[in-house]
Amino acid sequence: MSVLSLGELAREVVARARPGEQVEAFVARSNSTTVRVYEGELESLTSGQSHGVGVRVVVDGRQGFASAGLLDRDAVLEVLSEARANAAYAEVDPCVGLAEPDGVPLPELDLADVAGVRDLPEQAKIDMATYIEARARGADPRIESVRTTIWSDSWGEVAIASTTGIDVGSVGASCSVAVSPIARDGDDTQIGFAGDGARRPGDLDVDRVVNDAVERATGMLGATKPASERLTVVLDRPVAAAFVGIVAGMLTGGQVVKGRSPFADRLGQQVAADAVSLVDDPTDVRSLGADEHDGEGLATRPNTLIACGVLSGFLYDTYSARRGDVTSTASAVRGYGSVPVAGAQALQLAPGDISQDELVAAVGEGFFVDSVSGLHSGVNPVSGDFSVGVTGRRIRGGVLGEPHREATIASTLQRMLLDVVLVGGDLEWRPGGTGSVSLAIADVALSGT
Amino acid sequence: MLLDADLLTDTLYVALATGGEFAEVFVEDRRNQSAVLDDGRVEELSTSRTRGAGIRVVTGDTTGFAHTADLTPEGLRAAAAAAAAASRSGGSRHPVALGTGTDHQSGALVMPETVDKARKVELLRRADAAARDGGTAIQQVTARYNEGRRRIQIATSDGINTGDDQVRTLFAVSAVARGDTGLQTGRENVGRTVGFELFDQVDVADIAATAARRALLKLQARPAPSGAVPVVIGRGGGGILFHEACGHGLEADLVAKGASVFAGRMGERVASPLVTLVDDGTMDGEWGRIATDDEGHQARRNVLIQDGELTEYMWDRLRATAAGRASSGNGRRQSYRHLPMVRMTNTYVMGGTEDPDEIVAQTPYGVYVAELGGGQVNTTNGDFVFGTLEAYLIEDGRIGAPLRDANLIGNGPEVLANIDVLGNDFAMGMPGTCGKDGQGVPVGDGQPTLRVTALTVGGTAA
Repeated sequence: MSVLSLGELAREVVARARPGEQVEAFVARSNSTTVRVYEGELESLTSGQSHGVGVRVVVDGRQGFASAGLLDRDAVLEVLSEARANAAYAEVDPCVGLAEPDGVPLPELDLADVAGVRDLPEQAKIDMATYIEARARGADPRIESVRTTIWSDSWGEVAIASTTGIDVGSVGASCSVAVSPIARDGDDTQIGFAGDGARRPGDLDVDRVVNDAVERATGMLGATKPASERLTVVLDRPVAAAFVGIVAGMLTGGQVVKGRSPFADRLGQQVAADAVSLVDDPTDVRSLGADEHDGEGLATRPNTLIACGVLSGFLYDTYSARRGDVTSTASAVRGYGSVPVAGAQALQLAPGDISQDELVAAVGEGFFVDSVSGLHSGVNPVSGDFSVGVTGRRIRGGVLGEPHREATIASTLQRMLLDVVLVGGDLEWRPGGTGSVSLAIADVALSGT
Repeated sequence: MLLDADLLTDTLYVALATGGEFAEVFVEDRRNQSAVLDDGRVEELSTSRTRGAGIRVVTGDTTGFAHTADLTPEGLRAAAAAAAAASRSGGSRHPVALGTGTDHQSGALVMPETVDKARKVELLRRADAAARDGGTAIQQVTARYNEGRRRIQIATSDGINTGDDQVRTLFAVSAVARGDTGLQTGRENVGRTVGFELFDQVDVADIAATAARRALLKLQARPAPSGAVPVVIGRGGGGILFHEACGHGLEADLVAKGASVFAGRMGERVASPLVTLVDDGTMDGEWGRIATDDEGHQARRNVLIQDGELTEYMWDRLRATAAGRASSGNGRRQSYRHLPMVRMTNTYVMGGTEDPDEIVAQTPYGVYVAELGGGQVNTTNGDFVFGTLEAYLIEDGRIGAPLRDANLIGNGPEVLANIDVLGNDFAMGMPGTCGKDGQGVPVGDGQPTLRVTALTVGGTAA
């Protein structure tokens, strides 16, 4: 096996570029551990190292790509030659090309505590998962069992080098826990789920995870199918995070320049209620999505997407930026196995100034959505049609009432943005990296009986 | 075979050195080639390669697992030792000697990797042209060609030494149409466990035309209804319903943990007597077809529900061993980096006797779904959703106006009981990727035209 560092390996690939070729190498390596606990016993302990390389070759306006989950020198050189061969079959596109350094210095972020994750003994991970399971089982007499309790962590590094002068590297580490307790009352069985992620084991909020998961399981006991009606819905923070994630996807360069975004020609226009402001800021270290550089090696920077309801910008990688005749916003996301595409890295909804309880009280009559399903099957980010399965509670007289399940909510993403009536001040950083708040959205169709 | 029996035997010895009861080496070598046309241009060809091994050691209820991309004797030994570390029962056992084993061959007639890339690119251009022939409202077309070859080998301390060579070829087209009502999308995929001969069986122009037709149709679509209505699902368009409504709930790992509404119901009536549900990994050419599962057990045809009565769950080695029975050939995993678990293969409901046109004619009002997209289920309470890709209103027994995309939601046991008629027109549907606990595996599904007396449609129309 090679003893080269990832950066050296990436530079060695780049050094083999032929005249007239642009070559980029993205090399990654990570170690991960997953612990699953069931009924107080270790169910499985999984560990391993993953690594790989992705190479882009651009020649005469044609791009080719190849990747391998291998890092030995022969495999890496084969990847380069495959990428070169693939380039010959693409059609010429003058906008194709690698990122070029744009003068923005890399932010200095205190992101990784590799040793804190790497050096944690396996037994400590098993103990943590066992503790969480025991807490969940003991939290409520109706908790019958816990389907699974998981600890997982990973630490690793990435290096990117290119013939255009990109040469960056970074390290990362994170850990997470998740638990799914099962509650039973007579014939009624319901499952809850909650998780948390952090850069350091000590930052995991175990109390919140346990309470949240147990509440989600027991809270659904006795839930019924609601009557169909139009009303105001309140999206709890995990749901609001999923919602803005889909919206941000519609504001990415790839969708915009290829005519797949209903917002493509709306820049500068009111697309959301005044209370809605959305930024993507990978330099904010509170987000687990924070990073010093994007997937093409450019320095990350904050990008405002929606400011007080006005569409203010899109997220671009190098290719889509050239197509749109703008500059990259350093929003390329990727792994070693894929070419970069523009995407959000660390979304953040600007918080309002009321608590979730106050928001529910202000809504008065409505439906509180605590989980959604079918996001991939019922949401069309091109047309904007939005229809998802939900569980939650009826809001009556400004407080949470009876639980409901087997229902859907529907509208369009365009309407929902404009129909936001209240924004919570209950900012929470989700494991997916989004800073989310509760959102109240008017005039949504709830379908049940 | 990917690795020779002596190397695997040595590795299994190391894996059992700490007292493990069972050890397994799963070796995988996977190559993929894809080509994408987007925005009128052959955008990119890409190639990927992965290779590695996952080693599992089971002791009592505990599994140790380690994966490595290093297939040298040293790399395998290190991974075996790591997997064995979770087992602390002491002592050591010896694996059963491995024979030369069984190496299943791919049924592909033309290995895609032997076909010139220029021919693959030509398919993309043909599809793009065919989709754009749908009309000037077609604003954007994406065509994707994908070939995959996955060679695997499973060697276990029980003496299994089995290989499989799984070849898959897929062609997918999505189209965007623009009209007065904004943008709409349509898509169609065809994928089979065959080689490049797929394109002797299907014309990519037809795939593209279907995608374009769906997008154009939805420009005229009205919002879907909101609330519970009768739903007719066309042949081959809705196998996902059974995949979600009961397929996952019949997986023995979920059953064993009380996380399935079908736990404890063996032998009971769980569906309309019209319903016979089968999971069949042996269906030649279908997307979920395998010769052996990822634990070295031969794929089988398993009848899960017979005439409405629950007859069988699906099993992997772990759950089958705990229950004192044989695996049903449903132990699958995404890659060598993953532990196997109980997964479906090709899951379908057998055909009935009714004329499908009559089923629609005898439905005064409801929704007709020609094609469903993905879905998701909560197996614990049985609630599941699935989305429409092509749907229409049924009025006065006739298929009428097209409907915009929506999710439908139902409860598995209730929906299975509320199937009141099955057509005589069974067909398999589009290739799918089933996700469970973060792992994706290729699956197929199928059904005849059928009617559910009431399903909640998640539209916006009153």
